[in-house]
Amino acid sequence: MTTIEDPAAPIQIPVRDEATIARGERLRLLVRSPGFILGAILVGFWVVCALFGAMIAPQDPQADDILNKLVAPSGDHLFGTDRLGRDVFSRVLVGAREILITAPLATLLGTVIGTAIGLVTGYYRGLVDDITMRIVDAMLAVPVIIIAFLAIVARGASRLTIILVIGFVFSMIIAKTVRAAVLSERELDYVQAARLRNERSPYIMFAEILPNVMGPVVVEFTVRLGYAIFTIATLAFLGFGADPSIPDWGRDIEQHYAFINGGIWWAVLFPSLAIATLIVGINLIADAIAQTFER
Amino acid sequence: MSAEPAIQMEDLEVVYRVRGVDRPVLRGLSITIAKGESYGLVGESGCGKTTAAFTIMRYLPRNGRVVSGSIRADGADLLTMSEAEVRRLRASTISMVYQNPGAALNPAIRVGDQIAEVFRLRGHDRSESLDRAQEMLRKVQISDPAGGMRRYPHQLSGGGQQRVVIAMALASDPTLLILDEPTTGLDATVESEVLDLVAALREEFGTSVLFISHNLAVIRKMCERVGVLYAGRLVEEGEAETVFTEPRHPYTVGLLRCIPRGGLRKDRDRLDTIPGYLPQLGADLPGCVFADRCGLVQEICRTDEPPLHPLGNGHSSRCHFHDKAAEVPYTASSIPEPGTAPANGDGLVRLEHASKTFSHEGSTVRALVDVDLSIAAGETLGLVGESGCGKTTLARVLLGLTAPDDGSTVELDGRRLAARVVKRDREQVRALQTVFQNPDSALNRRFSVRRIIGRALEKLVGLHGKRREERLKEIASSVRFDERLLSARPVQLSGGLKQRVAIGRAFAGEPRVVVCDEPTSALDVSVQAAILNLLADLQAKEGVTYLFISHDLGVVRYLADRIAVLYLGRLMEVGPAEAVFNPPHHPYTEALLSAVPTLEGEERPRIRLQGEIPSAADPPSGCVFHTRCPRYLGAICEEQEPPLAEVERGHYIRCHIPVDELRRIQAEPPPPRTSARRVEDDELTHGLTGS
Amino acid sequence: MGRFLLKRLGLAAITLFLLSVIVFFGTQVLPGNVGRRILGPFADQAAVDNLNERLGTDRGLLTQYWDWLTGLFTGDFGTSLAQNVPVTELIGNALVNSLKLAAFAFVLVVPLAIVGGVVAALKRDRLTDRVITIGGLSLSVVPEFVSGIILILVFGLWLDVLPVSARAPTGASILTQLEYLLLPALTLVILLFGYIARITRAGTIESLDADYTRTAVLKGLPRRTVLKRHVLRNSLLPTIAVVATQTGYLIGGLVVVETLFNYPGMGRLIVTAATQKDMPLLEAAVLVVGTIFLIAMLFADLLYSLLNPRIRYSGAE
Repeated sequence: MTTIEDPAAPIQIPVRDEATIARGERLRLLVRSPGFILGAILVGFWVVCALFGAMIAPQDPQADDILNKLVAPSGDHLFGTDRLGRDVFSRVLVGAREILITAPLATLLGTVIGTAIGLVTGYYRGLVDDITMRIVDAMLAVPVIIIAFLAIVARGASRLTIILVIGFVFSMIIAKTVRAAVLSERELDYVQAARLRNERSPYIMFAEILPNVMGPVVVEFTVRLGYAIFTIATLAFLGFGADPSIPDWGRDIEQHYAFINGGIWWAVLFPSLAIATLIVGINLIADAIAQTFER
Repeated sequence: MSAEPAIQMEDLEVVYRVRGVDRPVLRGLSITIAKGESYGLVGESGCGKTTAAFTIMRYLPRNGRVVSGSIRADGADLLTMSEAEVRRLRASTISMVYQNPGAALNPAIRVGDQIAEVFRLRGHDRSESLDRAQEMLRKVQISDPAGGMRRYPHQLSGGGQQRVVIAMALASDPTLLILDEPTTGLDATVESEVLDLVAALREEFGTSVLFISHNLAVIRKMCERVGVLYAGRLVEEGEAETVFTEPRHPYTVGLLRCIPRGGLRKDRDRLDTIPGYLPQLGADLPGCVFADRCGLVQEICRTDEPPLHPLGNGHSSRCHFHDKAAEVPYTASSIPEPGTAPANGDGLVRLEHASKTFSHEGSTVRALVDVDLSIAAGETLGLVGESGCGKTTLARVLLGLTAPDDGSTVELDGRRLAARVVKRDREQVRALQTVFQNPDSALNRRFSVRRIIGRALEKLVGLHGKRREERLKEIASSVRFDERLLSARPVQLSGGLKQRVAIGRAFAGEPRVVVCDEPTSALDVSVQAAILNLLADLQAKEGVTYLFISHDLGVVRYLADRIAVLYLGRLMEVGPAEAVFNPPHHPYTEALLSAVPTLEGEERPRIRLQGEIPSAADPPSGCVFHTRCPRYLGAICEEQEPPLAEVERGHYIRCHIPVDELRRIQAEPPPPRTSARRVEDDELTHGLTGS
Repeated sequence: MGRFLLKRLGLAAITLFLLSVIVFFGTQVLPGNVGRRILGPFADQAAVDNLNERLGTDRGLLTQYWDWLTGLFTGDFGTSLAQNVPVTELIGNALVNSLKLAAFAFVLVVPLAIVGGVVAALKRDRLTDRVITIGGLSLSVVPEFVSGIILILVFGLWLDVLPVSARAPTGASILTQLEYLLLPALTLVILLFGYIARITRAGTIESLDADYTRTAVLKGLPRRTVLKRHVLRNSLLPTIAVVATQTGYLIGGLVVVETLFNYPGMGRLIVTAATQKDMPLLEAAVLVVGTIFLIAMLFADLLYSLLNPRIRYSGAE
C-alpha cells in the first residue's frame, strides 16, 4: 500500500453483514471473468457427457463394424470410424466418463492427505517436518508418470492403483504448498493468542489456521485436477490404462496413431481435442480462481 | 520571498478510479514552497499526503488521475510536460525520499553504483561519477565512504540505508526535496541522527523541503511552515510555531489534544479524542470536510465549504468559526474515573535472572541477559528501548510463549510459573493475557468478532450459550465496541475498532496482568488517544496490572507508573516514571529522551549518539553501551559491566558514573567525544545488523 | 556462500538416498512373489524359483538392498531382465540421445519464454499479456502426446514439411539431425513455454512494482535503463531457479515424446522397461533420472547464489 492510501481502512457502521457482501463480490468477480465462463462451458460439456454420454451417443461406442472400419468423417459417422469400425464420435462422448471419475477421486485423495501433512509439518516444524520434507523432495525428483510406472509394474494396472499412486504423489506436492502457507500463518499473532488460551494444537491447526489457507488449497485442487487428467490420459496412451474394455481417449489415440502415416487422422484428432478442451477448461477455471484470491 | 517559488501547486484535484467510480483524493490543494523553505505537510493516514507527493513527481498509480489544477516548478507547469521533460525534472530539480529505505534501494546493485547513476545521468563519466558518489556518502556521514561504496544495501543498517537514499536524492542537487515519512520505522536515536543530517544538508545545499509526516513533533522540529491536510483538503496553514501554539482549525486543535505530551498522566488527565471516522475515500463532501466530526458544527458547515480565511502573517484556516476553534469542547470528560492506587509491597509478577539465548546457524544471540524485574498489582510498568533490545522477548518469556534459559525464574503471586504456557494451570493462563501490536495479525481474519471474543470466554472462563452471549455484550460495551458489530469480521473494521476487539479478548478472562506490546503504534494519533484512555479506564475499573511496551516515550510517560529501560537485552535503568524522565538518569535514557522531538518545540540539550545499535550477536565488552555512550568515562566502561545500583529509593541505574556526578553533569550539555576506534566498531557491526 | 552450497549438496545427497530407498522398497516390499509377478500366474513354479534366484529375490530384503546400493556405487546397475545385458550399457546410449533432444528443446524454449514473460509483464493486463499467459498456460497443460499428435498432423501430414520420426538416417549431417528433432523438440517447447513465461512474468511484475524500481524512475533514469539495470537484473533471478525445476517436467515429457516419435532415449527406455516389467532396468533408470533432476537443482542454486548478492555476501565477513 504505497500509492493508494488504504481506501478501505475506516468504515461506517455496516448496515448489513459485509462479510457476505465480500464473499458474494468475490464470487461475482469470478463468475464474470471470461476465462472462468469459457472454462465452465468446456468442463460443463464434458461433465454432461460423462453423466449422460451413453444416452446422447448416436451409436453404440463398443459395436464393431469390420466392413466400415477407418471410414472418414461423414454424415453417418460425424468423426469417422476406428480400426474396428466403431463410431469415433460416440466413443469420444462416452470416453469422458472414466477419466472424470478417476481424476477427481485421485485429486481429492491427494488434497485431503496433502493438506493434513502440510498443516502438521508446517505447524510443528522440527524433526518430523525435516524428515517429511526430505521424503517429499525425493518423491518429487522423479516425474509422476515414472512413479506411476513403478507402482503399476509392482501392483498391476488397476483403477485403484492409479488413483492411489496419483493421489499419493499429489499429496506430496500439495503438502509443500500448504506447508509454505502454514509457515507464514503460524507467525501471525492470532496463533500466539490461541496458545495463550492454551488451545490444543489440533484446534489451532484445523480450526484457526486451516480456514486461512483454504485459498491456496482450492487453487491447488483445481490445478492438480487438470494434472490428474493429464497423467491418467498419458498413462492410457502409453498402454497402462486401467480397463481396456472401457472407451478411453488416451487408449484410443494409442491404438490409432500408427495409422497417421496412412492419412487416418480422425481417429486420433478427435480424442486429442477432447482431452485438450477438458484440461484447458479446468485450467482456465483454476486460473480464474487463483486471480480472485490474489485480489 | 520575491524570488520564484520552488514549487507552486494550484487547486490540485486528484482522483483515484476505484470500481469504476472516480473518488477524489486531493480536493483543491494549493501549496507554495519558497526557495530554501522547509514546508511540513501533516495529517493522519488516508488524508492524501503521499498522493500529493507522487502528484508532484508525476508518479500516480495507474488508477490515479489529475483532474484539474497546476503544479509550477522551474517556470513550467509540470502537469503538461512530456515524458522526457518529466525525466529531466526528476533528474535535476525534484528528488524524493520515502519510507522503508530497505526496499527503496536495489538489492542487486552496489550502493556506490546506485548513487553514481545519478551523476552518470547528468553526463559525468564513470570514474568521476564514482568519485562524486563517494563524496556524497561522506556528506551523509557514512563512516567509511570508500568501503560503503562497495557494499550492497542489505549490508547496511536501516539508518545507513536511509542515508544512502538521501545521498542519492541530493546527488542531483535538486531545488526541491520531498521527504515522505523518512524516519518512520527507524529507532528514536537513529531517527534523530537522520533528522539532524537532513537539517544540516538542507543548510548546505540550500534545498527546499517538502516534509511529509504523521508525526507532529517531527514536523515542528524540521519545518518553518506547515500545512494540515484532512480528507484531501488543506484545512490550516501557517508558520509551524503559530499553527502548533495557536491552532485555528478544530481538526488541528483536536489533533494536538490527542497527543500524550510531557506532563500528562493517566491518573490526572485524559487525552482528548476526535469522535467519528475519516470520511470514506472519495465521499461526497459538499460542505466542510471535517463537519461530521467537529464539535463546533453548525448548519452552514454542512452546506457551504468554508474558504481559507487569512488570519495574518501567512496563517490561514479553512473554518467558518476559526475564531472559536480553540474552544472546541472536549470530547472526553476531563476527570478520569477514580483509580485504585497501585498497591505497594511485593510484586505480583517477578522475573529473576531472566535470560534468553537464541542460537541461529552457529551464532548465539543473547536477547535477554539476567533481568530482574517485579511489577506490583495494579501498576503499569513501561518497558522502553530500541529495536533488538529484548522488549518483546521479555514479554514472551513472561507469557510463556518463549521458554527462558535455565536458571531464569518467572513468578506470579510468589508461585513459580512453568516456562511454557502449556504447562501452566488454567488460573495462571487466565491471569496473563496480552494485546498485540498489530490487530490485523492478532485477530483471525476468518472469524467474526463474536467468535474471537466468545472463544476466549469459553476457553478461559468456561462460559457457554446464553451466559457467554451476555458476558460478550458486557465486554463489548466495556471496550466501547458497538454490539451490532459483533458479527463483523476484522477486515470490515477500522484499525481502532480492531484493537478494541483485541483488548476485549485480552480482558475476557478477567486477567490480572495484561502485556501490551506497542498496542497503539499502528494507529493514528486520534485513535491512539481513544485506546490509551480505554486502557487507563479498564485499569482503574478492574485493577489490572500492565506491562506496557512502547518505543513512544510520550505514551509511556502518560500511562506508566514505573519505567524500565532495556538496551541489548540488559536492564539499564528502572524506577518510578518521573524519576526516570528526570536527571539523574542513565546516559542511554538521557540520550533517548533528547533524541525525541517534542511538540512543545523545547530543545533539550542535544545528545547525539553516534553509530548504530550494535548487534546482539556480538555485544560490546564491559558496559554494552560504551560504544555509543555520550558520558563515556574511560577504560573501565570497556572492561567491566557496571552493576544495577539503587541510586534513589526504587530507582536503579546500571552505570559506572556515581549518581551525584550524573546529576551534576546531566544539568549541562555533554562534551563532544571523539574516538576513532568506536567508529570502526560500528562499521564492523553493520554487516550483521543489516541482514 | 560455501556453506550454503555445502548444505545444499548434503541435502541433495540425502534426498537421493531416500529416493533409492523409496524406489527399492516401494517396488519390492509390496505383497507378492517377484518372480511370480513377472512371469504371470500360469508360469511353471520351477521357472519362478529360478528367476527369483537369478534376481536374488529369494534373499532378505535388506541384503538385497545393500547389494544393489553397493552395486550402484561400483557402477554395477544390474542386468536387464528382458534383454540380458548390463543396465549401464542400455542407459548410457539412451541418456546421450535424450540429452541431445532436451538441450535442443531448452535452447529453443528458454529465450522464447523469457522474452514472452517479460513482454507480458510490461503489457500487464492488456491483450498481449492475456494472449501470452492464457495461451501459454493452455498449451502447457495439454498432454504432450496430444500436442505432439497435433503437430504431427499439421506439419507431418497436412503440410508435409517435417519428418514425423525423430530418428535421422545414420550418418546424417547435424542440420538434418536437428530437422528430425524439430517436431519432438517443439512438443517439449509447447510443454515448457507456459510455465517459464509465467514465472518470468511474475518475477518481472514483482520487480516492476518494487520500491527500488520507483526509486530508479524517480531518479529520472530513462525507461530503458530502468528496465535493464533495475528490473530485469532482479526479475530474472527466480526464472533461473524455475528453469531448473522444469527439468522434472522435461523428463516426464521425454517419456511421452520419445515414445510418440520413436526416439531411442531415456524416456522410451523407461516405457519399455515398464512394459516388459524389467525391474532392474526400471529402478536404475528412475535413479538416474532423479539424480539428473537433483543436479539440475543444485546447478540452479549455484547460479542463483552467484547472481544474488544477498547470498553471496551473507553472514559475517
